[in-house]
Amino acid sequence: MRIIEGVALALGMIRAQKLKSFFGVLGVIIGVMFLITVVSVVEGLNKYMEEDFAKAVFGLNTLTVQRQPSVSFESDPEYWRAMWRRPRLTLQDADAIEAGLSVPAIVGVASDGNGTIISEQGIEVSNVWLTAASAEFFTIRDYEIERGRLFTAPEDRMGVPVVVLGWDAANKAFGALDPLGRTVRINGAQFRVIGVLKKQGTLFGMSLDNQAIAPSRSVMSRSVNPRGYVDNILVRPNVDTDLEQARMDIEAVMRIRHQLRPGEDNDFAIDTAEDSLSFWQTIKRILLIAFPGLVSIALVVGGIVIMNIMLVSVTERTREIGLRKALGARRADIMWQMLVESATLSGLGAAIGIGIGLALAKLVEAVSPLPAAISPFWMAVATIMGVTVGVVAGFYPASRASRLDPVVALRQE
Amino acid sequence: MSAADPVIRTEGITKNYVLGAETVHALRGVDLTVERNEYVAIMGPSGSGKSTFMNVIGCLDTPTSGKYWLNSQEVSVLTDDQLARIRNKEIGFVFQTFNLLPRATALHNVELPLIYAGVSQKERRERAAAMLERVRLEERMLHRPAELSGGQRQRVAIARALINNPAILLADEPTGNLDSQTGIEIMALFEELHAAGQTIVLVTHEHDIAEHARRTITLRDGVISSDVRRIAAVI
Repeated sequence: MRIIEGVALALGMIRAQKLKSFFGVLGVIIGVMFLITVVSVVEGLNKYMEEDFAKAVFGLNTLTVQRQPSVSFESDPEYWRAMWRRPRLTLQDADAIEAGLSVPAIVGVASDGNGTIISEQGIEVSNVWLTAASAEFFTIRDYEIERGRLFTAPEDRMGVPVVVLGWDAANKAFGALDPLGRTVRINGAQFRVIGVLKKQGTLFGMSLDNQAIAPSRSVMSRSVNPRGYVDNILVRPNVDTDLEQARMDIEAVMRIRHQLRPGEDNDFAIDTAEDSLSFWQTIKRILLIAFPGLVSIALVVGGIVIMNIMLVSVTERTREIGLRKALGARRADIMWQMLVESATLSGLGAAIGIGIGLALAKLVEAVSPLPAAISPFWMAVATIMGVTVGVVAGFYPASRASRLDPVVALRQE
Repeated sequence: MSAADPVIRTEGITKNYVLGAETVHALRGVDLTVERNEYVAIMGPSGSGKSTFMNVIGCLDTPTSGKYWLNSQEVSVLTDDQLARIRNKEIGFVFQTFNLLPRATALHNVELPLIYAGVSQKERRERAAAMLERVRLEERMLHRPAELSGGQRQRVAIARALINNPAILLADEPTGNLDSQTGIEIMALFEELHAAGQTIVLVTHEHDIAEHARRTITLRDGVISSDVRRIAAVI
């Protein structure tokens, strides 16, 4: 008997016993549902981390020199004390790196902080992400201007108190007024607004547009760091393939400046967006390996329930099986029919689970900052898992059905 | 196989059942030959072994000893799957309780043996429809058993039994669940099939049903106690 007929027969059976079938596949539905929900969110996060997060926070093809690595899972307090004993980076370090590079590259500095800006009208905008940066910072980060202009390298060198606002910060501080040429007070110091950045959106629900960027030598530096110190030195080679060479040049320059002996560890970190993502790759791998494992426990339970349903079904249909045998069904035909029925049942459960799982993932996306991505690969995996559960669970009942003696089966009432 | 070969030939068929510590001898050596286009009734009181004998003839059961040739092929030596094929191709069963699939239409019920014969869907539809026409149920093809009368159900079952053009039509108390008028209609249909050349073996304990057959075999305690041939049936 061909598979389509078997499936049609099974669907007829399921339609006739909707409630029983539903409870029978509940385990499979729940297992698949969770698998799809979690995988959709993990895949969504992954896309997000690789495409948006990395670019927004670290910049593409950019080396970031820092006192400490940007991501660390170390919990040993001794490790952290060592980290905090490391020397801070300075503007002179940045100049030395620029001079020491053997490949063409843009070098900039940026230090971050947090503060409140107050407009001329007295409107306060709190929790603004403050950056004291060199003029190259905009090029390195691919920041684009919406209105006005960016500050220039000479303005940075002289520490002119000008500021470029993010779209949200400008909007909140000035509303309908044109912010260009107006002044804002940032942690007490006055700045003239010269530009507004293009809208960039959010990251994990956090606005990327609630920011203010001023020259690194301006009074802004006091809001973020003690005088002369910087948080990050950014190096973006003009040619992407020069990244490794640039990394080696930076390491050499910094080791000399920090007077490290051969064999001594670096007391600074050089990160790329890819390095920072490696921690995420680890988490993702663990999630994608561990979760299907957990789901398979639910599927085993689901399979046991299906096996019971099928055993009951075989008992109820003893007479039908006897009849089919009398009409010429071989053992293999009966076996096949029952297996297809069991697989159809659990396959249907998997399909329902996928549907609910996708809906849940969309719901998670709607009510939380976590994104969701639909993955055809995992939908296929879930379907195969579901059908496999049906086949495995149906095997024993099917073999029992196929071994029924037609004489005895036909006599059954 | 020539036309003169018997359809059924059995030699010394015995069948024993073990029930607990006791062995029941259901058949104690049955020798029977049924020629092509015979119309045979097998009679006997309950416990006579007639049901067991019918199961052996229908290849649902294998004898403990003895030999059975169906259409000159020795079936007492066949495997399970080979027996399934024989049941599918050579034997048409008609049961007392009809044994139709309750959720399937008349058409699908008649198609069922063709599915196991591996016939394509299109051909199945055509042949099943033609067979339902032959038992005068062309108006009821898409009805389910619950929507049919007892006589109509039995006619669906007969159409199903004949769909693979079997060597024998094996009917077990075919009128047992029908009122007498409907029973007469079904027996008239059997008469018609017999006239068209069908070999029929009828198992019954009712004399007036057995009288439709041309030959009556009576089983008693697992052996044939009488074998009577008539010239013409009483209709």
